[in-house]
Amino acid sequence: MNILIYTETREGSFKKQGFELISYAKALSGMTGGEVISLAIGEIFDEELKKAADYGASRIIALEADQLPDNRNLSKLLIQWIKQANAQVILFADNNTGKAIAPFVAAGLKAGIATGITGLPEKTDPFIVTRKIYSGKALAKIQVKSHYKILLLAANTFGIKNDPVVPVIERHNIEAEYFESPNKIISTEKQTGKILLGEAEIVVSAGRGMKSPDNWGSIEELAQILGAATACSRPVSDEGWRPHGEHVGQTGKVINPNIYFAFGISGAIQHVAGISGSKVIVAVNKDHEAPIFNVADYGIVGDVNQVLPKMIEAARKIKTE
Amino acid sequence: MKILVCISNVPDTTTKIVIGADDKNINTAGIQWIINPWDELALTRALELKDAGKISEVVVANVGTAITEATLRKSLATGADRAIRVNTEPADAWTVASNLSEVVKNEPFDIILCGIESSDHNGSSVGGLLAGMLDLNFISSVSGLDIENEKLTVQREIDGEKEILETQGPVLLVIQKGIAIVPRIPSMRGIMQARTKPLQIVEATSSESMTETVQVTLPPEKGKCKMIDAENAGEVIRLLREEAKVL
Repeated sequence: MNILIYTETREGSFKKQGFELISYAKALSGMTGGEVISLAIGEIFDEELKKAADYGASRIIALEADQLPDNRNLSKLLIQWIKQANAQVILFADNNTGKAIAPFVAAGLKAGIATGITGLPEKTDPFIVTRKIYSGKALAKIQVKSHYKILLLAANTFGIKNDPVVPVIERHNIEAEYFESPNKIISTEKQTGKILLGEAEIVVSAGRGMKSPDNWGSIEELAQILGAATACSRPVSDEGWRPHGEHVGQTGKVINPNIYFAFGISGAIQHVAGISGSKVIVAVNKDHEAPIFNVADYGIVGDVNQVLPKMIEAARKIKTE
Repeated sequence: MKILVCISNVPDTTTKIVIGADDKNINTAGIQWIINPWDELALTRALELKDAGKISEVVVANVGTAITEATLRKSLATGADRAIRVNTEPADAWTVASNLSEVVKNEPFDIILCGIESSDHNGSSVGGLLAGMLDLNFISSVSGLDIENEKLTVQREIDGEKEILETQGPVLLVIQKGIAIVPRIPSMRGIMQARTKPLQIVEATSSESMTETVQVTLPPEKGKCKMIDAENAGEVIRLLREEAKVL
């Protein structure tokens, strides 16, 4: 079974999760046999393209484009290359892009799709993967019955593993028809340099216990020192203290960082659902009975605005050592 | 312009999950069913657009058994004009999307709205599958929608990046948070009216599925939380590095 990975690009480089996907595919190929093929669409530098081989991609394909085709055309382009590469397992990142395109691709290939998977298949014949349901309140073993199998791997759940191979690198152009679209882009507002919440290894998150949006300076300061992304609980985003994109929980983002800091978050069941994939959870709350302590690994009972300066000081110290 | 909002019937988000006797489903005893939160926001926006005179009809559709009718009635009570239920117990997103695609083939819509995911299976697949099956233009991660002279202005938001697009129907929009802020709730008058609004039941045309749930389990329990004195809060940073080895 050849495995094809859709590796997203950003400003000429692979998005970080691409390497995790390739690592996963390489390990999976140990079970299924077949080739590990990475496919990037967009602008990507030569030096960057080669890196895919460090993690096990033996065929590296880049389809060059100044800007991406629209969702429908991007999906069709992928279907064309999946067939060309004779791939049977197709791997996407479990993020907004993967979730947008993978189902359309699945419709075209008549493929079963498993989103939010967190590990290798239990077995490949039948093909059984485990995925989270109810935002992590339960786990489901899913059999993908179709010939083509589409998997979306949750970030930070497999890790990046060096496994270098000698690759074949190809660059191709995209036919002009793929850039025709009924959608006209009027404006884009890019964000650069920011650590993406979905990919972050460390997340510093806060809730209503902060008392006021004016107190977020210390959350951002701690995040900046640790190289972390910032997040928040639902009431905080509902009240407009923080943008919706930062909302973590059952109806927000589901994340799997190595460390999740919860400052002034009580730990409602919907919030916990979104963070249960975290390796280590640190909770600070003034209420010692707050449910967040039931899922935390380290807990501090106290006022967040008094605890934060101490943690900032300790973090700064450890980072300059 | 006619709009279709695809509705998923899900357990209330505060539900504590208990595994069912067959180990393949959850135990649904005592569960409070609600409109999937993203679908509810999509419906809210559709109704706002109708109030503004930009949409002529709002139709809701669901693929499910009779148990989902309370949710469809609630959608009608909130303001939807009529409802369609495709009568089957869907096995996976493929079954849902293929049955919805038949609904749309029988009755074209200018705009189709699907929530970005359902809060039960978190598949995030139905919208894209439906667009793929119909070979329809689709826009994902939509956080804003307006209509002016049949022209749609769509806002997308991904990882803090914003994009404004212009398009026209037919189009399928995959809806995320931000499309509407507060979900609309039914008024007493709405509830009375909903009783007489059409709720059409159609038989499923397909029961084909691509995936099958083999087993459902609860995640392993967490170990005990290690408490650290607030006066000594900096200690946590050291423990993260030396004990947990994650920093």
